[in-house]
Amino acid sequence: MSELQKRQIQLEVLRYNPETDTAPRYQTYSVPCLNEWVVLDALNYVKDHIDPTLSYRWSCHMAVCGSCGMMVNGEPKLACKAFIHEYGDQIKVEPMANFPIERDLVTTVEDFITKLASVKPYLIPKSDQPISAGEFKQTPAELKKFKQYTLCINCMLCYAACPQYGLVPEFLGPAAISMAHRYNQDSRDGGRDQRQEVIATDEGVWECSFVGACSEVCPKHVDPAGALQQVKVASTIDWYKEHLMPWVKK
Amino acid sequence: MAKSNKPIFWGLFAAGGTVTAFVTPALVLVTLFAALGAGMDMFTYESIHAFAGWWLGKLIIFGIILLSLWHAAHRLRVTVHDFGVRADTVVAYAVYGLAGLGTLMTLVYLLRI
Repeated sequence: MSELQKRQIQLEVLRYNPETDTAPRYQTYSVPCLNEWVVLDALNYVKDHIDPTLSYRWSCHMAVCGSCGMMVNGEPKLACKAFIHEYGDQIKVEPMANFPIERDLVTTVEDFITKLASVKPYLIPKSDQPISAGEFKQTPAELKKFKQYTLCINCMLCYAACPQYGLVPEFLGPAAISMAHRYNQDSRDGGRDQRQEVIATDEGVWECSFVGACSEVCPKHVDPAGALQQVKVASTIDWYKEHLMPWVKK
Repeated sequence: MAKSNKPIFWGLFAAGGTVTAFVTPALVLVTLFAALGAGMDMFTYESIHAFAGWWLGKLIIFGIILLSLWHAAHRLRVTVHDFGVRADTVVAYAVYGLAGLGTLMTLVYLLRI
């Protein structure tokens, strides 16, 4: 096995301690990295060997938990999926854009959690069925309609990337609407009418101007922008049905 | 939260986008061929006038112009917003007003043929 390649990088990290700082500031750490490392490894090195006061969220280190979202050189990334070899010797790490900073790289994410809960991101069965009736069955084709949206890990990178969310904080945003779409597309679900009340509003899907940055930054290759356009088409058909053909049952 | 009325304009915008994406390039190509002298008898004043005089021809011309106009209007509204003009209501009235006027004029001219 060849020897692992070592590199010295300058990690510029945004620091903010609400108890002592009046404004965020930058601190640069010189970190001896292996080229195979990810940015999260470099942060862990800082925490373990240089500065134990540095705060950031992480858990799985394998792009599953969605905790370590941050801006790496200005782009929303999972720190565990941002490889050092893809960057130069200067790497700038900041908390996710469009979210208030709680401390250092830790952001306050309550806004997203509230919005996600508001779209009822769970299965609402069409009719209650006794357990003896067995499971709700689904064909592979029915599964395929929503499968990709189930891969969302709620990492919020799409919110950090969305210029519209930055401009209009009330906007429901990519992941929440895309998750609503996931359940709306599920053949076992009957909750679409309830979700439409939240997503077919001005602050819902109609605030989206189809920039598409959400889909570009998604670390799980979900296509939230596509989901939102499908929601727009479906909501438009709803609108014309409700206003021009009120006698047609949905 | 009340459901949005944006589908009115977005519906026309989306339909217009689809129509213009397919029809406009074809029209440009056909015009180019005509300019190069191909199929000249198809593009005489008389034959186009006859097409516009036929009820289905009227409907096709009206559909294409209507959807293109409303698509362009909505696109312009969003573009103006992207350029930093934050007067959405005024812009909306202006661009949709123009599209409405264009639609009306198309209707009048087509019915006069």
